[in-house]
Amino acid sequence: MIKNISNLGDAAVYCDFGDEVNKEINSKVINYFQNLKDRKLKEITNLTPSYNKLIVSFDLSITNFEKTKKIIENLQIKKNHSMSKKKIQIPVCCDDEYALDLKKLERKLNKPNDEILETFFSKEYFCYMTGFIAGMPFLGDIDKNLHTKRLETPRVKVPKGSIGLTEQFCNIYTFESPGGWNIIGNTPINIFDSLNEDNPNLINPGDTVSFIKINKEKYKNYNE
Amino acid sequence: MSKNFFKVIRSGINTTFQDLGRNNLNHIGIPISGVMDKRNYIIANKILHNVPSHPIIEFAYQGPRLVYHGEPLNISVSGDVKFKIFKNKNETEGKCYKTITLEDHDEIDLISTNRSVYGYLAIGADLNIDYQWKSCSINTKVNIGSNNGKKLQDNQKIELSKIKKLSRRKLVHFNSKIENIRVIKGTNFHYFSEESKVKFFKKEYIVTKLTDRMGMRLEGERLDNNVNTNIKSEGLVKGVIQIPADGNPIIMLADHGTIGGYPKIATVISADFDKLSQLTPGSKIKFKEVNLKDAETIFKLYEMETNNIISKIL
Repeated sequence: MIKNISNLGDAAVYCDFGDEVNKEINSKVINYFQNLKDRKLKEITNLTPSYNKLIVSFDLSITNFEKTKKIIENLQIKKNHSMSKKKIQIPVCCDDEYALDLKKLERKLNKPNDEILETFFSKEYFCYMTGFIAGMPFLGDIDKNLHTKRLETPRVKVPKGSIGLTEQFCNIYTFESPGGWNIIGNTPINIFDSLNEDNPNLINPGDTVSFIKINKEKYKNYNE
Repeated sequence: MSKNFFKVIRSGINTTFQDLGRNNLNHIGIPISGVMDKRNYIIANKILHNVPSHPIIEFAYQGPRLVYHGEPLNISVSGDVKFKIFKNKNETEGKCYKTITLEDHDEIDLISTNRSVYGYLAIGADLNIDYQWKSCSINTKVNIGSNNGKKLQDNQKIELSKIKKLSRRKLVHFNSKIENIRVIKGTNFHYFSEESKVKFFKKEYIVTKLTDRMGMRLEGERLDNNVNTNIKSEGLVKGVIQIPADGNPIIMLADHGTIGGYPKIATVISADFDKLSQLTPGSKIKFKEVNLKDAETIFKLYEMETNNIISKIL
């Protein structure tokens, strides 16, 4: 299942499930994550699943890499956890003031902006993982014609609600934060609710997201 | 008698004239002497355009209180020193590492050194003091040097000549210290060019102002990536050093993003997190490679040190 296990610094185990990104590998990662989480081991301080990697952080005061690696290698994968399967619609405004990188994308992709947006809004996206900042969903896969790299120098501040693209993925900046994705619009809705401690994320791994284009007027009046 | 002089109101605990000391006399039993904190000595003199061997007033813990008589004189104070300036009975808090101009009857009170031992008062004039073996450095044990080899005394005078007329200067950045930060090679270390792998451990990196609880952005020689400037986004841990396409390192700190898509060149070891977090913008960093076993041993030492300190809380 895990192709390679190595250390990430002195207090984390890096579990590599492969190089590709697809739902099958991602569900293996999520399954390992759920099984380890269920063990509730006190020496494990964090589990960070992503498309095809799982990072297991541990408390260096009470254990070490070799011991934690053995726990992962000997882990009995008990049951298949079913993933969340909600369908969620996210309104997005793509006016100039929100689509910070759309003009740059026109040049990078050599396509007019209406074609870029039409391609983007025509698909549904699968949520592989959440993270970076609280509740940020990593969604995919976007159309091949929209694949592009991250910004050379990440922004110090990406506005809250920004919709970003990079490679075959898109995301939603749930809070203002630093970030390097190409911003094509902004959503007025809250994606993360810290008051709902049991389920603070609007979008969870396994969910499907579709984006709905709205105009500036609707955007401005959204929360009223 | 010189018309420009200081009068010592309070001499302080151990106040002496010092310079770089005297060499090549060990064979007759005379040590080098000279300033205890050479860097602060050089900086204080440099602010006043003094030559690197110019005599200075060195003090320990509590410094002297002096009253000045004469034409306007530039001075500077270095170290971590609490002091006050009195002008016509108006008192102001003194600032280290900048030119201060004293006029007739002004006073300076070097109250104390904070969390340190030695402080320095540099003077923008020649000091009329004696030299022995080409150095003014006072060695009080054997009474060698200026001031008859004795500490400064209450009520004595310090006579000055050739007062310099120069512009005011100050030290803008006082973070020139190079910190060694120990790291373990990262999962994408092999992405970088052979030249960049060498550079990463040889060159200095400067902490920029774009540093907060999330991360620390560094600037230095650009690190070139041969494989891909992006990876598929994956988990991050505190201490990971990511290199975006612009080639400048970003170190993850306590509030770091949990996921990131830039290649990981290295990870700072747990024992060095505290030291790293305390570095202010302008500080210089040099990365030093350690292996996992060493990092684990260093962490055990770090914990023992913390416990030793805690055991001293009585």
